[in-house]
Amino acid sequence: MSYAAVHEDDHHDHDHKPTGIGRWLFSTNHKDIGTMYLVFSLIMFFIGGAMAMVIRAELFQPGLQFVDPQFFNSMTTVHALVMIFGAVMPAGVGLANWMIPMMIGAPDMAMPRMNNMSFWILPFAFTLLLATFFMQGGAPAGGWTMYPPLVLQLGDGFPFLIFAVHFLGISSIMGAINIIATVFNMRAPGMTFMRLPLFVWTWIITAFLLIAAMPVLAGAVTMLLTDKFFGTAFFDAAGGGDPVLFQHVFWFFGHPEVYILVLPSFGIISQIIPTFARKPLFGYASMVYATASIAFLSFFVWAHHMFTVGMPLAGELFFMYATMAIAVPTGVKVFNWTATMWKGSMTFETPMLFAIGVLFMFTLGGFSGLMMGITPVDFQYHDTYFIVAHFHYVLVPGIVFGIISGVYYWMPKWTGHMYDEKLGKLHFWTSTISVNVLFFPMHFIGLAGMPRRIPDYSTQFTDWNMIISIGGFAFGLSQLILVWVVIKCIRGGEKATDQVWEGAHGLEFTLSSPPPFHSFTTPPEVTDATAHS
Amino acid sequence: MSNSQDAYFIPEPSRWPIVGTLALFTTFIGGGMMLNGSGFGTFILGIGIAAVVYMFSGWFSDVIGESLAGSYNKQVDISFRWGMSWFIFSEVMFFAAFFGALFYIRVLSVPWLGGEGAGFATNMFLWPDFQAVWPLLTTPDMSLAAADSKYLAIKEVIPAFDVPLVNTILLLSSGVTITLAHHALKKEHRAPLCWWLAATVILGFVFVFFQMEEYAHAYHELDLTMKSGVYGSTFFMLTGFHGFHVTMGATMILVILVRSMKGHFSSKDHFAFEGVAWYWHFVDVVWLGLYVFVYWI
Repeated sequence: MSYAAVHEDDHHDHDHKPTGIGRWLFSTNHKDIGTMYLVFSLIMFFIGGAMAMVIRAELFQPGLQFVDPQFFNSMTTVHALVMIFGAVMPAGVGLANWMIPMMIGAPDMAMPRMNNMSFWILPFAFTLLLATFFMQGGAPAGGWTMYPPLVLQLGDGFPFLIFAVHFLGISSIMGAINIIATVFNMRAPGMTFMRLPLFVWTWIITAFLLIAAMPVLAGAVTMLLTDKFFGTAFFDAAGGGDPVLFQHVFWFFGHPEVYILVLPSFGIISQIIPTFARKPLFGYASMVYATASIAFLSFFVWAHHMFTVGMPLAGELFFMYATMAIAVPTGVKVFNWTATMWKGSMTFETPMLFAIGVLFMFTLGGFSGLMMGITPVDFQYHDTYFIVAHFHYVLVPGIVFGIISGVYYWMPKWTGHMYDEKLGKLHFWTSTISVNVLFFPMHFIGLAGMPRRIPDYSTQFTDWNMIISIGGFAFGLSQLILVWVVIKCIRGGEKATDQVWEGAHGLEFTLSSPPPFHSFTTPPEVTDATAHS
Repeated sequence: MSNSQDAYFIPEPSRWPIVGTLALFTTFIGGGMMLNGSGFGTFILGIGIAAVVYMFSGWFSDVIGESLAGSYNKQVDISFRWGMSWFIFSEVMFFAAFFGALFYIRVLSVPWLGGEGAGFATNMFLWPDFQAVWPLLTTPDMSLAAADSKYLAIKEVIPAFDVPLVNTILLLSSGVTITLAHHALKKEHRAPLCWWLAATVILGFVFVFFQMEEYAHAYHELDLTMKSGVYGSTFFMLTGFHGFHVTMGATMILVILVRSMKGHFSSKDHFAFEGVAWYWHFVDVVWLGLYVFVYWI
């Protein structure tokens, strides 16, 4: 029979793991699947990173040095697709897989088989996408936003780009449904919604965003497909359609997507800052409401990505004010994190350093976002390196640092060993210095007028571009330290205690390090005293 | 709300997810090759789709087997309910993308092309003779030189109070019959359960048949095709995806019918029936939106 009911009394018998390649291919275990997600994400982080290195090498000096413009455009396009859908999103889902069942006191995810499929789609979807490099006409080169009519000029790679997006959408929707069902239905007795750890809260809200946004992206790219192959006229004004329509549909997905990427990172640092400040999170309830407000508002701000395409004045104004409104709940979160640290007994282990890095540098990215949210100002910044600086500040030191801080924070729990603190700190400082050398000068050259997605530039931008490229290479190299730390930690190290960190609370820290194969076979009882909030 | 069972259900490792992934991968490769003009692609696409069907039947047989063996408890049942509800919500959002496109085209972009509001310059410089009307029978580029247009002028659109009205009645009736089947199941009346389900399946497939007839009529007599400008685009995208969903839904009900005839389900425990019924009602509601905004007004 292909099932196993785990009973309360076979408590000591649950740690038999399947072996061999089947353990991974057929897995129904949230930890194994979480591990696969995280390893996949790390590999994609380096593939996308390698593309970024090509971009920075080409931009080191003006003129065309290494690659032809078409390939350069493929690099910017596929770098974005790989980083967003291959590195950041799977990392978030991987952490959710590992941590949510442990945090809410469940044995596993609600639908373990579907969980397996959500993961295994990813490597195959990226095979479809990356195979386009070897096809007639090359890889997608019209930008990750796939605007028509430009994207329709892509050669044989076009249907594979579209199908890769469909495939990834299927994976994300199944993953999100699973997370919602798990949190709604698998919580331990006494684990009420307002006792959920904030990482779980941010993930429920992220999952809602995924279910609402990913199908819209699927619809948008389906219309591209029929426009290219079946003669429809959705995005062709000559047939009565409108190319701007694609941008509206795309960004209706695209803006919630921004929060799909960032909210898990918010959740992670909301776990870490209280631990190392040794104080409960300041304003727990307001954090939950702020997260929900951000998510809700994210559906009404999409057109701030397209202020310059031509919209009625009322539209420009509406989307400007709606965008400003998001700053309010985001501000609530930033102040709450700061207030959590206020008068805390702080220590600065690697996870805390990365979390504080998120707090400062995400806020910086938030500020430049506010600048561009102002319509008339955006007309100046639009499609310059200023926007590149903005979203990389949000995505790299805002989100990637958040994910890395989570990895350092929970790695001792996963492996049973403490990581090498010296190397961790080295990783933090090299990353933080290089990331600012990399992205901060982009603000200047953007304001000075250097356009994005261009392989060559005017000579007055040379000095800053050289500095940016050096920062880029340094940042890329720094990430090798992470790989080394992870390998070292898996292979051995100081034994981690169950609680791992002195100030850590929550159900995941009541389990052994590493935890048993099925997290909780008996539901733990959660009370106000044991709840982590 | 929280779990109070004495046991959790966790499935053993399963090969179906990876089979499903490979099946979809094959389908996409085949589809991509076919669209790029390779005949071999069609063959691979066929294999892929067959593998998807194989995966669904294998995976669902496992689940049905587990359910009949009694290994599911209340908690699993609730997980399934959340899963199905949010899956339907994701489908709603998929249709929302196309309805959004329809509204944008009808309310904003076609009037702009006709010279209204923000788009008057487009009209002045590109197609000064274009008149914005809905249904859009001739496309903007036809106002310059009809012969050069890559689109097809529509002779006539499908009137709402004709076959579409019959289809509306068919689908609404099928919503009633599946509810009657549900009531019969709750009272353990096996024969009416099967008859009402059979009626629902027939109504569903008759709907699909009429829809196909309508497409043939549109293509052959009305010049209403996917290539007929944006009216044809929205018409076939919305009704086409809806028709596909009706076909899926009717197939699901067929499975439920076979299972009912085999004596599966009890008056208390029949989530599969309910999940399919929810899906059927969702398809129904989408049709009402279609009928009003695509055919009628």
